[in-house]
Amino acid sequence: MSYCLWCASEMITETTWSNLLSLSQPQKLCKTCKGKLQIITGNRCQKCSRESKSKICTDCKYWGKLLKNNDPLEKNYSIYSYNEFMKEVIAKWKYRGDYVLVEIFQTEFIRHFNTYIKNQMKEAIIIPIPLSKERLATRKFNQAQALTSFITQDKINILERVNSEKQAKKSRMERIQSENPFNLLEPINKPVILVDDIYTTGTTLRHVAQILKDNGCPSVYGYTLIRG
Amino acid sequence: MKSLSLKSPYDMSNFAKLLTGKLLLRNEIPLGNFMIDYLLKNNLLQSIQPILNKKFHTECLRCGNQKNNLFAEIPCAICQKTHLYCRKCIEMGRVMKCEPLYEWVGKTPVWLKHENPCTWKGKLTEDQQKAAKQIVQTIHKSGEELLVWAVCGAGKTEMLFPGIIEALKLGKRICITTPRADVVRELKPRIQQAFAGISIEALYGGSTDKDGVGQIIIATTHQLLRFKEAFDMMIIDEIDAFPYHHDSSLPFATKRALKKHGSTIYLTATPREEQYSRIVSKKLPHVFVPKRYHNHPLPVPQLKLCLFLTHHLNKVIFPTTFLTWLRNRENVTRQLLIFLPTINLAEKMYQTFKQQTSEYRTTFVHAEDSKREEKVELFRRKEIDILFTTTILERGVTFPAIDVAVLHAGHDVFDEAALVQIAGRAGRSPQDPTGEVLFFHDGKTEAMVKAIESIQLMNKRGGFK
Ligand SMILES: [Zn+2]
Ligand SMILES: [Zn+2]
Ligand SMILES: [Zn+2]
Ligand SMILES: [Zn+2]
Repeated sequence: MSYCLWCASEMITETTWSNLLSLSQPQKLCKTCKGKLQIITGNRCQKCSRESKSKICTDCKYWGKLLKNNDPLEKNYSIYSYNEFMKEVIAKWKYRGDYVLVEIFQTEFIRHFNTYIKNQMKEAIIIPIPLSKERLATRKFNQAQALTSFITQDKINILERVNSEKQAKKSRMERIQSENPFNLLEPINKPVILVDDIYTTGTTLRHVAQILKDNGCPSVYGYTLIRG
Repeated sequence: MKSLSLKSPYDMSNFAKLLTGKLLLRNEIPLGNFMIDYLLKNNLLQSIQPILNKKFHTECLRCGNQKNNLFAEIPCAICQKTHLYCRKCIEMGRVMKCEPLYEWVGKTPVWLKHENPCTWKGKLTEDQQKAAKQIVQTIHKSGEELLVWAVCGAGKTEMLFPGIIEALKLGKRICITTPRADVVRELKPRIQQAFAGISIEALYGGSTDKDGVGQIIIATTHQLLRFKEAFDMMIIDEIDAFPYHHDSSLPFATKRALKKHGSTIYLTATPREEQYSRIVSKKLPHVFVPKRYHNHPLPVPQLKLCLFLTHHLNKVIFPTTFLTWLRNRENVTRQLLIFLPTINLAEKMYQTFKQQTSEYRTTFVHAEDSKREEKVELFRRKEIDILFTTTILERGVTFPAIDVAVLHAGHDVFDEAALVQIAGRAGRSPQDPTGEVLFFHDGKTEAMVKAIESIQLMNKRGGFK
């Protein structure tokens, strides 16, 4: 018997030919819970994956203006949009520390990587966005690291985060101009894919991208679970 | 080893009061790390491994969880090892090997003895006195239990007062627990008023009281997961309420929060099979209070058959039988509670009703309603005439003069206990001790019949015809 990772209800796994043949991962969520997750389909911003009718969303246009078209981040790809249900799941996973919930995302995280990213970026190295020492000491795991573990492509941890992650109260301008909280421990001369759980304003990814490019990295992409 | 009590620069009795009888995570202890380490070093505080690996299963020491699917592994970035953690009680903070629980092992604090703690001036009825006397006797016997089976409106809170007085005289610590936060919020001011000089705290998710140092603690049962051998007297209200008998960690927590020789009082208006069979087999002493404090019988529900009710409700149409009754109520000044089986249906029926008539001020509430407290308060203040509700208001709330209608009483959510509780909302005040209770249905269920029989039986035992 298997149980839904979210609502703990019992799930009946049907043995169908397609199940057997595809050797798919066992289901982690029941039908109801799975239905509440929202995968981004349809039109999206080419640059940041936000649901958008125009090719480049207003958010990214704003970034372009702010950075005078010298954006260190090539683009970001996200899988899910951020709805109420996702908010609850993320809160329980990250803040309450229910580590195993990461398995909910495993199948899609691998599938989207293989379909939309892998082939174009065989040379690229994966870097999970780190947490500060203090944050890691209380949480005991890094959500970006957990996601990264699903992908087999080369990974490297060459970043450290120095000050606190709390920036919610600052405006975007203040955030991007505020001191970069990341340190690069060694330079890298290959393209990089940054992995994180959520792209909200894009400030974090750009902070890292800037530091990487300043130190000789040719290009930086983002692969995030959620476009917030 | 040197004797600590002579050397210690701190007054340990304050820490003892704060930490005794609890099982806390490090970040739940309201002290700095320096102080916590000091207490640990001096063997006043002790850390306990929260996850036990037994021979055939794993067990969480905090919530009693033994289900494998509610444990999971985490690769701990700090220890560089994989730990098992409990998912069942994770809302109260994660427990695992490197996040242990802490327990006070220093001297047990002494609670004050209060010679005259009660500031309540009311008088108990004869029935209430009988129950109160048994409660007092139970306190004097080590490890004793008592079930108080009192009909809705019997005044069970007041029945507790002599027992609480007795316990306070003896310097005991008391806990009143219920699965529902609404009830905790309603009880706190009443208990505080009756025992004005006693330190009383109300604990529930998001409560302003947090330390848990009161001599009387009123808490949702969930909060008791943070206590261990803390209380001499445990009063469990609404023992039959859904969360309590549904979630095994709640009975586990109440039992653990009680001291080894403490006494337990269960309160219910509708005992479940489990309690009933313990009564019958004489394993659980009980006292029965069949009469309301105002000395009037319980309103007996009337069954109203509505053909095609399910069909009508699906189409969001009010059955004619209901509308006819509504226009011809015995006493039109009464407010009206309308129970519906699901949130969805309650909302739809409310919307339709509001569109079709402007005669009444109406609203609707359900469990996840963020404005629930406000709306119930409006109804209490008579600024609402008709309140559409799910079973969330079936118990714990009292309104002085209402009629009650259950639309679709045959639905599964309305079991016997729920229907008895719902009927028990009517006729609560001495000024209006009656009230109409109607079960609208399209086919009698066993639950309806049994609910009516049990209400009639209680009236008979209460000396009414
Ligand atoms: Zn589910
Ligand atoms: Zn964009
Ligand atoms: Zn647990
Ligand atoms: Zn650890």
